Amino acid sequence: MQQTVDFQNRSHNALGDPQIRKNFRSAMDGLIQKRRQAFPEREALEQLRWKGEKIKANALSKLPALLAQLEENCVKNGIQVHWAETVEEANHIVLDIMNRHDAKQLIKGKSMVSEEMDLNHFLEQHGIECLESDLGEFIIQLINEKPSHIIAPAIHMNRLQVAKLFNEKFPEIPYTDDVDTMTRNARDILRRKFYEAPVGLSGVNFAVAETGTLCLVENEGNGRMCATVPQVHIAVTGIEKVVEKLSDIPTLLRLLTRSATGQPITTYFNMINAPRQSGEKDGPKEVHLVLLDNGRSRIFQDAELISTLRCIRCGACMNNCPVYARIGGHAYGTTIPGPIGSILEPQKSGLDELGDLPTASTLCGACAEVCPVRIPIPKLLNRLRFEKNRTDETGSVKGAGSGREWKEATLWKLWQILHATPPLYRIGVKIITRLRGLMPTQLGPWTSVRKAPRIAKKSLHELAQEEGFDHE
Amino acid sequence: MSNARERIFRRLQQAETGIQIDYDSTFTTNIEMTKAERIAHFCERMTSVSAEVHVTAKDQWLTKLKGIVKEKQLNNLLYAAEGPLGDALTATWTDEDLPPLISKSADIDEWKDELFFGIDAAITSSRAGIAETGTLVIWPTEQEPRTYSLVPPIHIAVLYSDRLYTSFEETIKKEQWRGGMPSNVLLISGPSKSADIEQTLAYGVHGPTELIVLLISE
Repeated sequence: MQQTVDFQNRSHNALGDPQIRKNFRSAMDGLIQKRRQAFPEREALEQLRWKGEKIKANALSKLPALLAQLEENCVKNGIQVHWAETVEEANHIVLDIMNRHDAKQLIKGKSMVSEEMDLNHFLEQHGIECLESDLGEFIIQLINEKPSHIIAPAIHMNRLQVAKLFNEKFPEIPYTDDVDTMTRNARDILRRKFYEAPVGLSGVNFAVAETGTLCLVENEGNGRMCATVPQVHIAVTGIEKVVEKLSDIPTLLRLLTRSATGQPITTYFNMINAPRQSGEKDGPKEVHLVLLDNGRSRIFQDAELISTLRCIRCGACMNNCPVYARIGGHAYGTTIPGPIGSILEPQKSGLDELGDLPTASTLCGACAEVCPVRIPIPKLLNRLRFEKNRTDETGSVKGAGSGREWKEATLWKLWQILHATPPLYRIGVKIITRLRGLMPTQLGPWTSVRKAPRIAKKSLHELAQEEGFDHE
Repeated sequence: MSNARERIFRRLQQAETGIQIDYDSTFTTNIEMTKAERIAHFCERMTSVSAEVHVTAKDQWLTKLKGIVKEKQLNNLLYAAEGPLGDALTATWTDEDLPPLISKSADIDEWKDELFFGIDAAITSSRAGIAETGTLVIWPTEQEPRTYSLVPPIHIAVLYSDRLYTSFEETIKKEQWRGGMPSNVLLISGPSKSADIEQTLAYGVHGPTELIVLLISE
């Protein structure tokens, strides 16, 4: 299990890196605080979360019908709809569109689905330059890193690290570590790119079935640029992003921005209904919607795990997670990190590959408490731990049973027999207490930071008998 | 990729449970505001995200606008001559010390260079406003294209207070958006911003660096 070793190594390294610890700690504390202030009334928040849950559960309960309705309305509005079962298919759809327009440059707004597709890498292999335009994504693209947080991709870096990076990559711009000036410099660099790029790509936060509307939430305006200025706009998203009605949107928007960054609303809420119409003077002439499955329809098949698909990608679970706050996003090694990533990613890639992630949790419950759509994350983490160790082949989860070890299973079997057979139990306990001197002092990872437990001279049963308690 | 479509649908349909989820999907919130409260709240929210709001009267907004344009020392102002504000602007833009009004009837593609690198500011109308969040609803038309509120460094928007609603829910409902929306609808709440560097808020990223709202209170 290479992944297991990698995850443990990465976590270990992150824990030993004071800079990462400090950057995450301060960022997470800030985000927790901002979210809390955005929901001052407990009662109102609970009602809103309850409604958010229902909206997404309703959409999932009618998913095939809503996807068909979304497609129909998009097509009616002039948006071209594409379906991809795998990331390879999705990548090829994007490549085909690029090729059809003989486009060698793609300007990108923030999209976690495009990260899932590893689209930049794929297109670059085909001679197409991809440029991330979200400030955080722009920064990490300069050093070839992946986002460490789904809302704030460069959250693992501090101001001085960014300043140093800008200075290395853009030596012609005078050094500055002032955030306003650095932001302005990025604006100037990217402005020309927005002007030039033939094709723009973005994600989708919500897709409305009844109107065929694609909604995009952002603060910087780069998403609008990507979806407005180039002649072609490609929106990539997962099939679980569809909701039934336009009236579902205000509640979800309310929950999303407040949960993510504590803002009552983001600077831009962009609702895209159609490409440029005849008579209109701007906007893309073509709009494409790529709907990606990549394992989602498999998750959909399990009555309990389906709630994973309610996620609106606000990031509150990671902000509030004691594990994420300490190891950071990169340690997880997946597109989506944190508690939601630990339930979503193993279901997509298989427990044989990412079976360790469900154990990267203390089950403290903070994630479920803040989730705007009430995904019972700890319960699902437990469920996946079970799936990883199950014996039968009936589980629908990919890689179920892959974590089962015969030594551990035998030990539990013996434990079971011992506890279900009183005479055997009495003899067993007697032997164990009398042979306590043979107990090893080193017990693998357990004793690396702890002392080994010591067995008592006498069992509780024996002590009770000596004290004169009756046998019941 | 119609095969992919079929396979995805087949898997989804096989797993469908048919469970009905019961919830209230109407446009409701508990928030209620009087007109004065709406105006006050709108201004408070907009100002809190570094937008400028000027509450003005119907016969005063042009004077106010001219003052702003002069104060900011703009070299030009893009407007839609055929748009809802067009006639009023064209008719009164006569003072000698005002920068030129620029109006375009061609597709953006033909003057993209000027739009990106030559225009200082653009003025647009607003379809509606949302008091709770301090939000403008921009409803681009053939006359008032969507890039006007996006590309120039300064965006000036005119909002009539009788179109100022309490919440997003109320706006969609009263304006009957379900009955039809333009190619692109935008909710704009302040100038563009980012906190991607060390969670430090900086205004003016890729959209306008300044947002100025002229709120006409009648």
